[in-house]
Amino acid sequence: MFFLFITSGLFLGWSLGANDAANVFGTAVGSKMVSFRKAAFIASIFVIIGAVAQGGGTTETLGKLGSVDAIAGSFTVALSAALVIFFMNRYLIPVSTSQAIVGAIIGWNLFTRHSTDISTLTKIVSMWFAGPLLGALLSALLYLALRKLLLILKVHLIILDTYIKWGLIIVGAFGAFSLGANNIANVMGVFIGSAPNIIIDLGVFTLSGKQFLFFLGGLAIAIGIITYSKKLMDKVGNGIMALSAEAAIVAVLTQAIVLFVFSSTSLSVFLKSMGLPSIPLVPVSSSQVIVGAIIGIGLVTGVNEIKFKTIGSIVGGWILTPVMAGLLSFVSLFFVKNLFGLYIGSEAGVDETSIAVNEAIPDNAGYINLIWPGVSLMAVIVLAAVIVYLYKQQKRVLAAERELLEKEKEYNNGQKALTEAEIKAIHIENDFLQNKLEFKRKELVDYALSIVEQKEFLEKIFDELRSVREEKKPEKKDEKLRKLEVDIRQRMSFTDKVDDFNIQVEKMNKDFSARLSTQFPSLSANEKRLAILLRLDISSKEMATLLNISEKSVEISRYRLRKKLGIEKGVNLKQFINKI
Amino acid sequence: MALFKNAKKVIDDIEEFFNTVDKGVLVFKEGVNNYLHGNQEAFNNNIAMMARLEADADSLRREIESKLYTHSLMPQLRGDILRLLEEMDDIIDMAKKSLFQFDVEVPNIPAELNQDLILLTDMCVSSVSSVIPAARAYFRTPDTVKDQIHRVYFYEKEADKLAEVIKRRTFRQMPNLKLSEKFHVRYFTLHIETVSDSAEKVADLLSIMAIKRTI
Repeated sequence: MFFLFITSGLFLGWSLGANDAANVFGTAVGSKMVSFRKAAFIASIFVIIGAVAQGGGTTETLGKLGSVDAIAGSFTVALSAALVIFFMNRYLIPVSTSQAIVGAIIGWNLFTRHSTDISTLTKIVSMWFAGPLLGALLSALLYLALRKLLLILKVHLIILDTYIKWGLIIVGAFGAFSLGANNIANVMGVFIGSAPNIIIDLGVFTLSGKQFLFFLGGLAIAIGIITYSKKLMDKVGNGIMALSAEAAIVAVLTQAIVLFVFSSTSLSVFLKSMGLPSIPLVPVSSSQVIVGAIIGIGLVTGVNEIKFKTIGSIVGGWILTPVMAGLLSFVSLFFVKNLFGLYIGSEAGVDETSIAVNEAIPDNAGYINLIWPGVSLMAVIVLAAVIVYLYKQQKRVLAAERELLEKEKEYNNGQKALTEAEIKAIHIENDFLQNKLEFKRKELVDYALSIVEQKEFLEKIFDELRSVREEKKPEKKDEKLRKLEVDIRQRMSFTDKVDDFNIQVEKMNKDFSARLSTQFPSLSANEKRLAILLRLDISSKEMATLLNISEKSVEISRYRLRKKLGIEKGVNLKQFINKI
Repeated sequence: MALFKNAKKVIDDIEEFFNTVDKGVLVFKEGVNNYLHGNQEAFNNNIAMMARLEADADSLRREIESKLYTHSLMPQLRGDILRLLEEMDDIIDMAKKSLFQFDVEVPNIPAELNQDLILLTDMCVSSVSSVIPAARAYFRTPDTVKDQIHRVYFYEKEADKLAEVIKRRTFRQMPNLKLSEKFHVRYFTLHIETVSDSAEKVADLLSIMAIKRTI
């Protein structure tokens, strides 16, 4: 139930984180000097540290203004403040969480007929003025000092840029710490009366119930920063705070110092011990301090970026916000009390003992030892982190291995394809060589046969010539000579040779011949032979001899072949045949 | 320190770039002198050196640009810085172009104009030599930039006046010169003058940049 009621406070914290983190890291992120992720991480950590370590001072002051002592009342007060901020932001009126919460508390005071501590109220309201004023003064002084320092040091612009980058991170962390310390009162202050009376032992340090509340509030602010502040940070970097980097760092530092001063209990105590007036610990608006700081820098440089309209809307917000929050708080409390019948806090004049029955707080604070759970949690977190890391690493290794495997597979496929192609090529070459060998063998045999045949023929001629010479009768001599002439003429005919040649050629081009027959089945044997001769790049004249026809007939045959192959005009016949 | 390693490298590159521009204009001055005095061999050397320096300046500028972006240095001011470097690169480009024009067009310049043209070149080179310390000051002491750039404006104005005198003399007091030759002289006076105009542009840019840094 307790956690349900503090949701309004957490919502308030979330909106604070979403809006005010831009004051701390806006310039750094907007100018792209620091990445949003880094800024959000640093701001979140330091806001929580600030809230837990130093959130007590300002909370005490708010408590003095009105100690809301029932959780339903706290819920209503925080919700009223949150709603007013939400609506004011919607209409782009810059408001401060502290002004809303103060108005809402006064609303509670009025409803429960508690008197409002005027001196505390005066102290708080005067700080609303003092915050920006102090901001202006401090930023002017800091800016002058920084400029003087830079003049003396003569740092190179690019080195200065590195300094500024780190300066923005450090100052931003300090700003986040101060924001957490000063503004946590706005978020969780009203719940302090209902804080669980416990002590949480974390081994290294202990957290009281209040600090636990602050921790939750800080966590809400951090979530606000992480989830919703990026847009505003980008806007701030290029909008209101489009200042030089030096001015930006001074503005953020001023805001951090002012918020720190107004929330540091130890500083207040120290000043008191020195006999100086103590600083009131009051939650101040970081946005308004930043505006003050920019005005201060503007006064020094002579360039004032802040318009009077902005100042007017801030002052207007100082009046409008508390009044609206007070009214809303008053009305809401009425409904919560009468409609839901919830206890919203002790009323002035009512017997306090009766409340004690309802909201009895045990004398002994509950002690929660979180050392072992904490250690276990840490161990679990570390273990989980290690597992996640190992899992990711393993996944990465597996992915790498898979990728390697894929590549290997690809390589193997490539190799296989290459090998197959090589084998095919070797086969083709083998076939070719086989044909060549066959051809050569045949050629050798032919040559041998031809030598034998020629020898026989010459011997025959020799014998016949001898018989002619020995012949006495002239008629017989003539006849024998005529026969010899016929034999020689016959010998001169190449028909056999040509046939042989044709057989050889067809044998050597049998693949091509097969392709021709498949693609063009209508081709005659002579046309196929012509195509083969064309493929061998043999001229028409040579073809005429080989085919034993005239050159003119070769041309006609070529023409017919073109027709049968379906070759269009302009396409070269030889090229076409070579492509088959 | 590792933190400043990248920054220091960029600073060195910027210094080197300024030195290259400075050397470039000195070579330009020497080149014009050698041309006017007819020292052809020395002039050829100047041309070769000028080409090398201009190429160096270009590559340095590109390197600085890429470093400023890759190391995300100066996100707010790098636009200005890059413009400054580009404008300065323009100076050496102009000087190279002018010197190469002498080599290509071989203008016939009457000897009586030699002295004036040498003086004009001197003025232009002085304006550039004055803008370089101002550019250096922008990085360390932006408040002193203003004190340095007034010299640039002075030399630029002097160069303007001198250029006008040369043009007047060419067109009014040299009847023996052909009109085409007069035009040629006028163009070369203009070429030399553009160097000081580029320096003036850099000075204008620097004065605004310095104001931006001081507010």
